[in-house]
Amino acid sequence: MIVHLPVLQVVLPLLCAPLCVLFRTPRVAALIYFIAAASAFACAVGLNIQTLDGIVLHYQLGGWSPPAGIEYVIDGANAPLLLLVSLIALLVSVYAPRSIASELEPARVGLFFACMCLCLAGLLGIAATGDAFNVFVFLEISSLASYALIALGARRRALLAAFQYLVLGTIGGTFLLIGIGLVYAITGTLNMADLAQRVSELGENRALIGAIAFVTIGMAIKAAVFPLHAWQPGAYSESPSAVGVFLSATGSKIALYTLCRFLFTIFGASVAFQVLPLTQIGLLVGCVGMIAGSLMACLQTDFKRVLAWSSIGQVGYIVAGISLATSEGLTAAYLHILNHALIKAALFAAAGVVMLRLGGTDLQSIAGLGRLMPWTFAMIVVAGLGLIGVPLSAGFVSKWALATALIDSGQWLVLAAVLFSSLLALVYVGRIVEAAWFREPQAGRTPAAVPRAMTAVTALLAISTIYFGIDTRLPLALAQTASAALLGAAP
Amino acid sequence: MSLAGHYNFWIVIVLMMIGLYTVISHGNFIKKLIGLNLFQVSVFMLYISLGAVVGGTAPIIDDRFELYSHPLPHVLILTAIVVGVATTALGLALAVRIHEAYGTLEETEALQREREDIREDIKAA
Repeated sequence: MIVHLPVLQVVLPLLCAPLCVLFRTPRVAALIYFIAAASAFACAVGLNIQTLDGIVLHYQLGGWSPPAGIEYVIDGANAPLLLLVSLIALLVSVYAPRSIASELEPARVGLFFACMCLCLAGLLGIAATGDAFNVFVFLEISSLASYALIALGARRRALLAAFQYLVLGTIGGTFLLIGIGLVYAITGTLNMADLAQRVSELGENRALIGAIAFVTIGMAIKAAVFPLHAWQPGAYSESPSAVGVFLSATGSKIALYTLCRFLFTIFGASVAFQVLPLTQIGLLVGCVGMIAGSLMACLQTDFKRVLAWSSIGQVGYIVAGISLATSEGLTAAYLHILNHALIKAALFAAAGVVMLRLGGTDLQSIAGLGRLMPWTFAMIVVAGLGLIGVPLSAGFVSKWALATALIDSGQWLVLAAVLFSSLLALVYVGRIVEAAWFREPQAGRTPAAVPRAMTAVTALLAISTIYFGIDTRLPLALAQTASAALLGAAP
Repeated sequence: MSLAGHYNFWIVIVLMMIGLYTVISHGNFIKKLIGLNLFQVSVFMLYISLGAVVGGTAPIIDDRFELYSHPLPHVLILTAIVVGVATTALGLALAVRIHEAYGTLEETEALQREREDIREDIKAA
């Protein structure tokens, strides 16, 4: 049983998807999704316990040994992502039933949970696999499921957002496919470990440069890195609340992990960052993204859109950390992947609570609500502090790590951009706080009651951002083993 | 190998550019999907070309043949074709829904209607 953990955590959600379709009733489908997420989470915990000791798990699918067969490899770099994705999925499974009941007619709820299962299986598969082509397959499984999920949003605008994401996401996925094809053409293998070895023996090769460029751009589209982010604000803000929580916390993070996996494990940092000026490009794109994303977040009039644009800014920090290609930079990037996922999940969950009570999330309509729903808005403030990076919040820990990494590499301009972007974060979080607490509530508003499950999940996420801001041992240990695993150093 | 000897790769590049250009330049959702399909098909051809062996036959073991094409890229692309079909199906389904919701398949018109909606919302508020 323990031996099969790497594949079980992907297969169980995958098998639960058709079950959800068969038992259309909302309650049963929700239960099935809960079981899928809970078992995936249990598997992820089991795997993390082993990888934190520095063990690398190899699992041969169907007993076919690599390079002919597909291999799952769980090491320090992907185990934290498995934990993150399955944890968020588990929390969403508690959050979603009540939230989705208010946004979707009962006949479609079963299909909604089937898509959630597929999306979860895809994301976990991307993280777990050790085969380059398998990454593409799982990427498309999760993407197709997420297009469908976004299209379920209440307003008709969701359809446009889903279509735009479908076009851009498919281009991103196909770019990855081209990159994999090129690197397969020059090495003749798809197994990641094999690829890494053969690429390191190649030397100068133009097809390799093409492969690196295609993979990097493809994954940058999927991760909504700044100039390639066009699909993201619509997709996150128009989708049903539960989907917003899940995708904002996991979708772009998995794409960033895939980028790291290709750049560091397969191509190797010394090759990838030498044949192309990825450090300069990444730092530039990261800086522009941080500032532009935060700036646009300040100008939005809808709470969910503020959060979506802020994500583009926050991805800029992660990209900057990755581009440094140092162990400190990667640790900071991983820390921010984990911390930002929790913070954004908390905020989108709170936005879902607001949505349920008011039927909308524009900043006009939340005026004065701090007094009517003090707990929800207290959680928004707590998680918002994390976005700004106030000390004792999780956001501070990862920003501090990023700042030290930038100072170590002498990138003072980037550090200035990080600080400026944090100031802008203060503005956009401040605008929400100002609207909620310091304005008069609109007359005659009586918000509907909110289910306990949703508030509990929001509170848990918000409190976890503070907890991981104070007790940093777990995320720091995960991030350090991850960066060590990616750079190939002994942990 | 001359430039003409790589004709299949030239076709790949030309198809890819036509596809990408169609996706970018056309505002009609169906035309966008056609462009997307062309773009994907070009990548399928890239993979299939990789597996081709000069003088090789289909990879079915038989005493009369010794040289076979490489089956792996072909199998890979079978998976990618399935993905392409699923993407097209989902895209078309979305196009149907968009047509139901907006009464148009033109992106500019749909966005125009969206802006009018927002303006009315603001007026109502």
